[in-house]
Amino acid sequence: MAINLYRIDDRLIHGQVVVGWGQPLNVRFLVLVDDLVASSDWEKELYRMAIPPEMEIYFADVGTAIRDHARYASDPRPGLLITGDIGSMYRLVKGVKAIGSVNLGGIHHRAGRAEKLRYIFLTPDEERQLHELEAAGVEVTAQDVPSARAVPLPEVLDGDSL
Amino acid sequence: MNDAKGGGTDQPRAIVVGHGEFAGGLVSAVGQICGLADKLVVLSMMGMTPEDIEGAIRAELARTGAKVIFTDLPAGSATLAARRIVHDDPDLILVSGVNLATLLDFVFNTAVSPTEAARSAAERGKASLIVVGR
Repeated sequence: MAINLYRIDDRLIHGQVVVGWGQPLNVRFLVLVDDLVASSDWEKELYRMAIPPEMEIYFADVGTAIRDHARYASDPRPGLLITGDIGSMYRLVKGVKAIGSVNLGGIHHRAGRAEKLRYIFLTPDEERQLHELEAAGVEVTAQDVPSARAVPLPEVLDGDSL
Repeated sequence: MNDAKGGGTDQPRAIVVGHGEFAGGLVSAVGQICGLADKLVVLSMMGMTPEDIEGAIRAELARTGAKVIFTDLPAGSATLAARRIVHDDPDLILVSGVNLATLLDFVFNTAVSPTEAARSAAERGKASLIVVGR
């Protein structure tokens, strides 16, 4: 599979993704899955200008990403797929059924969310969706940068790593 | 977020935003070298959502009247937030990839508008990158 990392990060394209993960994984293409971004030429241009020239970026809404996932996965280049929220990744995983692991990279504080790690805040509904993913056989871990320890979902939800 | 201390009495002319302690460190260095750190406002974005970063930059621009935003990394969250802000206000200017030489040139160049000074400082910053050795 050419997609080396499936990441949930509300910042979408940013330093940790492009440099922190992009360099050690030698990422050559990004798939940004977000319904809002995919529908806006301005948003797409904004993110396109943020990536280095050696990377290609594809934009897709969740439905398109489900349809085109096999094409991304058969790309011989190393790739990284990112969503900005748990709900989008949840829908993608349910639609594709070939995603074995999901990385929680950054889900920050908003009303209704409780702190689990310094970079992970979750609502009860988001917790439920992550539980469902693991129950379906998807490994869910939290890891902001490659040098950090991958924290398993039960440990994340316990909040013991705070 | 904190205002950097240094010499001078005018309002800050630019906001500096970066990862970790980068912005604070750069502005601290400006203060140490020339005492003009108070021409710059430091914004830390640690632990902030993109919306928070954008809101914090907008708030500092409104508070200080600054017309220039310096950010560290073209792919960074702060740069993306600043690009949204500059898109909305053509009187503002963003310089990404800031370094110490850029900021030093900027704070000394009071003969032109802050936006013109920022363009000039960006060129100085690019030229300051040198490689020595084989």
